[in-house]
Amino acid sequence: MSGAWVCRLAGVAGLLMLGGCSSNWGWYVVNPATPTGWRNLLFLVDGLYFTIGLSVTAILISIVLGLLIALPGLAARRVPRAINRTYVELVRAVPILVLILWVYYGLPQIAAISISVFWAGVIALAISDSAFQAEIFRAGIQSVDRGQYEAAHSISLNYRDTMRYVILPQAIKRILPALGNQLVYMLKMSSLVSVIGMQELTRRANELVVTEYRPLEIYTVLVLEYLVLILMVSAGVRWLERRFAVSER
Amino acid sequence: MSEKPLITLTGVTKSFGAFKALDDVSLAVDAGQKLVICGPSGSGKSTLIRCINRLEKHEAGVITIGGIVIDDSAAGRQALRNNVGMVFQQFNLFPHLTILQNLTLGPMRARKLPAAEARDLAIHYLERVRIPEQLDKYPAQLSGGQQQRVAIARALCMTPQIMLFDEPTSALDPEMIAEVLDVIEELADTGMTMICVTHEMGFARQVADMMLFMDQGRIVETAPPRTFFTTPQSARCKAFLGQILRHEVRL
Repeated sequence: MSGAWVCRLAGVAGLLMLGGCSSNWGWYVVNPATPTGWRNLLFLVDGLYFTIGLSVTAILISIVLGLLIALPGLAARRVPRAINRTYVELVRAVPILVLILWVYYGLPQIAAISISVFWAGVIALAISDSAFQAEIFRAGIQSVDRGQYEAAHSISLNYRDTMRYVILPQAIKRILPALGNQLVYMLKMSSLVSVIGMQELTRRANELVVTEYRPLEIYTVLVLEYLVLILMVSAGVRWLERRFAVSER
Repeated sequence: MSEKPLITLTGVTKSFGAFKALDDVSLAVDAGQKLVICGPSGSGKSTLIRCINRLEKHEAGVITIGGIVIDDSAAGRQALRNNVGMVFQQFNLFPHLTILQNLTLGPMRARKLPAAEARDLAIHYLERVRIPEQLDKYPAQLSGGQQQRVAIARALCMTPQIMLFDEPTSALDPEMIAEVLDVIEELADTGMTMICVTHEMGFARQVADMMLFMDQGRIVETAPPRTFFTTPQSARCKAFLGQILRHEVRL
């Protein structure tokens, strides 16, 4: 185990001990030794399923969407570039919470369709994130040397093959840290989908607080859930970066 | 050569902003001919061969290869694809692909060759540039001279009729220049049509059957190497050769 991990775990343990010493805490509400506490704990942790499902679905869609938005931004002609700019500026200007409410309550009225809470959340998060993904992709693609395009041209690759085999593999290595940040950001922003009733981590904590009246302990568990989740994702991203760095040599 | 020239340029002009990189350039290259272009930096040498390969789009004039006009039309692109290979000053190998993948990418994607055939082709040309046994290495693991020879093999894998060289040894350490020039010389002996921008005058004397001197976007002088080096006509060319050959003579 590396020093950084020892530090993190020690921090978490210290936080818990601090809590245990104070008389204000009533850990019984999530004490795994009692049947009620165990049930409450399971109820809270079960939200992970939706938090992860929502975030991962949304980030996959936003990566594809972001790439599709980024490519016209790299064109030489003005019209595709304007389309890219307009999309990015518009989407970045709308707060995620507002977008979630609008997609869930507004979109069904215009489009005459019914959207489940899950898909409303996915659509809102994906759209919101796609503008940032587009900017990340654009920067990554622009960082690849011009000579790589020229070499691809000189061996007669068309635009699609040039992107797929030459430019994007090099760009993705460079933007991997930024993509990792976006995933962390997405995991955190998925908590906002609780406002439309999505049974993810935050919503479950809220519901349990209403029945148990122990906000301090329950929200502490919620904090720890996000903390552990996001530390794990960060470690995963770093592992990926190292793997890519080895193959570059 | 009794047939028509393989490559023709007629009144080709190209500007970058206010700067005229090519100013009304006309030229004809026969099949099998070896043309060496020299001249001061900014004289339009690189732009000339980059226009032939359509890495730059000329504004006026006509370029043809094998009688087909090179432009954005399907026929123009097809003529380029089938005929022209290029070697760059900075090698421009694909750093994320192995040597083998660098060589097979073009044949497999642009030519739709099966993997086994593309591999055989790659091995054949790697042997020709004297780089066997490096198939699974990455470009960064090779020396500059080896990388440039791989780049030559990559271009040859597309089996072009014409090879363009844009200062192929200018980014190399001195001791690696010879190994690259040797490979190009061997290639010249096979009858390949070549246009080479270089300042390696010893090499030019050996390989070229036509020398071309450019200055300020124009072709100032065209002559076979014997006359070109001994009795240059224009004052500008005389001065340039004087500068560039002075050190060679002293050695």
